[in-house]
Amino acid sequence: MATQHSNGRIKKMIQPQTIFAAKKIFLTVYKKLRDAVTDLLPIVLVIAFFQVLIIRQPLPQFGEVLFGGLLVVLGLSLFIQGLEMGLFPIGEAMAHGLARKGSLFWLLCFAFALGFSTTVAEPALIAVSREAADIAAQGNLIPQNAKSLNSYALGLRLSVAFSVGLAILIGVLRILRGWPIHYLIIGGYALVMLMTTIAPDEIIGIAYDAGGVTTSTITVPLVAALGVGLASIIKGRSPLLDGFGLIAFASLLPMIFVMGYGLVIFG
Amino acid sequence: MSFFKLFTGIFLDTLRDVLPILLLIVSFQLFVLRQPIPHLRRLIVGGIYVVVGLALFLAGLEKALFPLGKIMATQLSDPAFIYGAKAAVTQPDWMAYGWIYLFAFMIGFATTIAEPSLIAVAFKANEVSGGVINQWGLRLTVALGVAVGITLGAFRIVSGTPLYLYILVGYLIVIVQTIFAPKNIIPLAYDSGGVTTSTVTVPLVAALGLGLSSTVPGRNPALDGFGLIAFASLFPIITVLGYAQYMHWSAGRIKKNLKEENNAI
Repeated sequence: MATQHSNGRIKKMIQPQTIFAAKKIFLTVYKKLRDAVTDLLPIVLVIAFFQVLIIRQPLPQFGEVLFGGLLVVLGLSLFIQGLEMGLFPIGEAMAHGLARKGSLFWLLCFAFALGFSTTVAEPALIAVSREAADIAAQGNLIPQNAKSLNSYALGLRLSVAFSVGLAILIGVLRILRGWPIHYLIIGGYALVMLMTTIAPDEIIGIAYDAGGVTTSTITVPLVAALGVGLASIIKGRSPLLDGFGLIAFASLLPMIFVMGYGLVIFG
Repeated sequence: MSFFKLFTGIFLDTLRDVLPILLLIVSFQLFVLRQPIPHLRRLIVGGIYVVVGLALFLAGLEKALFPLGKIMATQLSDPAFIYGAKAAVTQPDWMAYGWIYLFAFMIGFATTIAEPSLIAVAFKANEVSGGVINQWGLRLTVALGVAVGITLGAFRIVSGTPLYLYILVGYLIVIVQTIFAPKNIIPLAYDSGGVTTSTVTVPLVAALGLGLSSTVPGRNPALDGFGLIAFASLFPIITVLGYAQYMHWSAGRIKKNLKEENNAI
């Protein structure tokens, strides 16, 4: 108890609550970092396995790799923390606010704008549409000059962004009305299959990939929170059964629209 | 200070991704909802965490994992590695690509486990289902689906069979499964197809596709390099539906056994 006596002044400054809070923060940080390491361990193991056993060459720039790995762990922990603090609550707050306002028009506007605006400037989409234009030009489907290449790529981008906006809109409408998702999705797949048989080869691979590249890391949590938030506030909807499914629409509709774009442009 | 430049570039890109969302939410709050957002400070701090965290994550990947993974994809698909340093090969032998399939499987699995958007969706699903859906269970099932998908996709590029055949058969399987699967897992299963293919998986998988289609004799990178991502978003749907069906079936069997035991007593 001697320390307690001599540290009396310091003890007054550091309240037990502060110590408790600091401990809690430390524990949270530790847990987040540990989770992130667990998430990343498989990649490290796979790369180490192939490097050591199959390729058998010394690792280039080991220090840089280690530094990068540290950043990845730190970044992932921060992202997950921000997800729980910011991204999920914002999606839910918007869902609640719009549902309480009770205006279908504004809710659908928000849904469309969310899908369209997050997709139209997506770097992955810009890269894919530029590549797609090159392929179409090589296949002599469009004239090989800069102007037609650009307008083809822009058209592709706009139709993908429009389709994602429409997808979120349909998905939100589905949550409100309680339509069963499987009819819509299976109907969509049937349409994709049908269009695949008539669309030109040069567009099919890109159309299939377009569905995958549209859903970015920031959009997905926001859209998931929006759907679950809406489904939990509307009477008679189950968050699990009705809240999910928005992302599924957002990866289905671009396929249909890209193939449709190909069919219209190539005639 | 090349790293600083890299990080700044990625940070600005992430910021540009967030900008439309921010504008949309702020304008809706100001002009449509006209109500204060609760816990605004916490939300802003969370938003900053998301942007900084994602930028650090991507910069780290760019620095450490992507170069290695890409070098590996090209080295493993190098004909000199696969067929030995013998004479040129004109007809690819799909049996010779064993290491490629293993690499495709393992890298598909590993990158999916690290995919932040899948972590987010698994978190939400766990929360919404009241803990019935296990986060790791869902993530492992989805990762297995991606692994199988990428492996099949690599086989398709090597063997040169048409993409749409695989996709059509995959869709047919999904449709049949949808009829029999427990209803409340269906939306989540469909969603898990879309979330798998983002920041971590796409660059490595694209490198594998490009490496394969440019080194396997008779393939055209412009046409055959595409499509791997489609595999990665189709097969998780199948595995998640399958896992749900299995859980449903085994739960039913336990119930039945219990009933029979009770009857016997």
